Amino acid sequence: MCGIAGLIHRNGSGNIGQEMTQMLQSLKHRGPDSTGYAIYGTPGRNEFVMRFKVAEQEDMAKGFDIQDEVKRRRAKVEERLATLGVQIIDKDDVTDYAFRYRIQYDGDMKKLADYVEDVEGTEILSMGNSLELIKDLGDAARVAQQYDLRKFKGTHGIGHTRMATESDVDIRSAHPYWAYPYNDIAVVHNGQLTNYWMMRREFERRGHRFMSNCDSELLAVYTAYNLEHGATLEESLRQSIQDIDGVFTYLVSTKDALGMAKDTMAAKPMVLYESDDLVALASEEVAIRAVIPHEIDTWDPYDEEVRVWRA
Amino acid sequence: MAGLTTTKQAHVSHDLGMHTEALRGKTQQRFFDVTQEVGGYGYPDALDVDFNKRAELDCEKLDTKQINSQLRDLMKRGYGTIVLQNPGSKHSIAVGILNRLNLYIEGSCGYFALGLLDGPNVKIKGRVGWACGENMLSGTILIEKNAGSQFGAALRGGDIVCKGSVGARTGIDQKGGNIIVGGDTGSFTGFMMQRGRMVICGNAGKNLGDSMYDGTIYLGGEARSLGVDAVPGEMTDLDHEWLTRKLKMYGLFPKKGLGHFKKIVAGKQLWNYDNLEPGEKKLVL
Repeated sequence: MCGIAGLIHRNGSGNIGQEMTQMLQSLKHRGPDSTGYAIYGTPGRNEFVMRFKVAEQEDMAKGFDIQDEVKRRRAKVEERLATLGVQIIDKDDVTDYAFRYRIQYDGDMKKLADYVEDVEGTEILSMGNSLELIKDLGDAARVAQQYDLRKFKGTHGIGHTRMATESDVDIRSAHPYWAYPYNDIAVVHNGQLTNYWMMRREFERRGHRFMSNCDSELLAVYTAYNLEHGATLEESLRQSIQDIDGVFTYLVSTKDALGMAKDTMAAKPMVLYESDDLVALASEEVAIRAVIPHEIDTWDPYDEEVRVWRA
Repeated sequence: MAGLTTTKQAHVSHDLGMHTEALRGKTQQRFFDVTQEVGGYGYPDALDVDFNKRAELDCEKLDTKQINSQLRDLMKRGYGTIVLQNPGSKHSIAVGILNRLNLYIEGSCGYFALGLLDGPNVKIKGRVGWACGENMLSGTILIEKNAGSQFGAALRGGDIVCKGSVGARTGIDQKGGNIIVGGDTGSFTGFMMQRGRMVICGNAGKNLGDSMYDGTIYLGGEARSLGVDAVPGEMTDLDHEWLTRKLKMYGLFPKKGLGHFKKIVAGKQLWNYDNLEPGEKKLVL
């Protein structure tokens, strides 16, 4: 089933970590397997935040050697960052297997991503000037506590609660997906894409990488491809309704915008609230009411509807 | 139904227009003969309530199961007028009520609100999520704001009214009763409609009335497209009379009158229709 949610403050920032946690926790019944956030904080000057993991959560229980292996992989990542001239400003050991580095780098981002992800078990979850992408197993309350997200201030964010159907319960199959190798772009999706394998093979031939077997990852790759070829976010969302088969409602976030698209059948739900200060949207109104407790006017976007809001 | 006099039940069903339906098709809608059924027919779970006994229930700190079980408990104690406060868009509120009740919901409901009703009159101040009033057999549901998709899905009787706009697949598989929408409706409205009437005062999305077997759709605005086997019908005096009565009843009668309303019916080219019961068919064959 899965649940998706998005929130954007139109005039300045808010407690986006806390707000997204409340929204996602109220969607727990739509998918308790994993929870993910793509949240946008204050952009650092000439720096990026790189979130990456070197193992899956379940790997950590697979024997006595895994801790040493994780250390070895992390050292290898740092060695490769140094080789590329990346300057590490600070490091945050968020969990035993997932880390947050603030870095300075002015080279080719694809080259960096490919080189780092070549280290065994390593995946860059996000790279951004203001984006921080966090995803792990369990519900929103658990992930928020594990990654200390409730204090996170920012302008906007998207999130996902996953009920695994066609791929594994692990971090690599959890949403959101970073639109590799583009900074600050992430995607969450509710639905099923029926031309996933056909389009995946097409994109792989063009050199795009897929880290999972989850059909939703296609939307991140597809969005990255369109933006690379000069499309605006709105154009990419609109084109996806023609190009992607299946049932879907999905959200895309960029450094300063949040967009949504709904398929031709309007088969997957979305409820929308819009005011001068705030836009909130989610698979169910109960998620919106988690951050706006009083009675509000909401509505369902129709089939083939595309919307983009700016922070 | 328990607690009803013959006269009252006949009066209510006539007010709802349930006895004036002109039905065609393979199966005919049959109504209970209230003179014979009173005392002999009733749901085992139907409750006797007194409309003069009023109760309020604050739902803010309750989950769906608690709300529904406390609602039932109030009805068991004879309360016939109940106000639900702070429903907070929770799902599956007030489902499976099989007796008469005046229910006021002062806020919004989530998915699957008011499903499987037979008898209550419900007013909702807020909006409702997907599949509101699914499979309702009789009663009325009146919503002040918008509604989600599958509004009135598989409706069998009664009136379900949304003063705002509704989502996609409104009245999918409708088998009777009346669905009335004050605003717009989404795609595939009236999909596989089998009986009953639907009124859309605003516009409709694509494929209106797709694969409908029977029934009637009245449209005040424009449809993005008609579905397979949905065709324009001719508005009659009876249609005008019925529309006037229903829209006035719910405060939705348009200022400019009904001249712009169109009628959509089944073309009956898609399905194999006959009106014969299996026994009659044997005789013919």
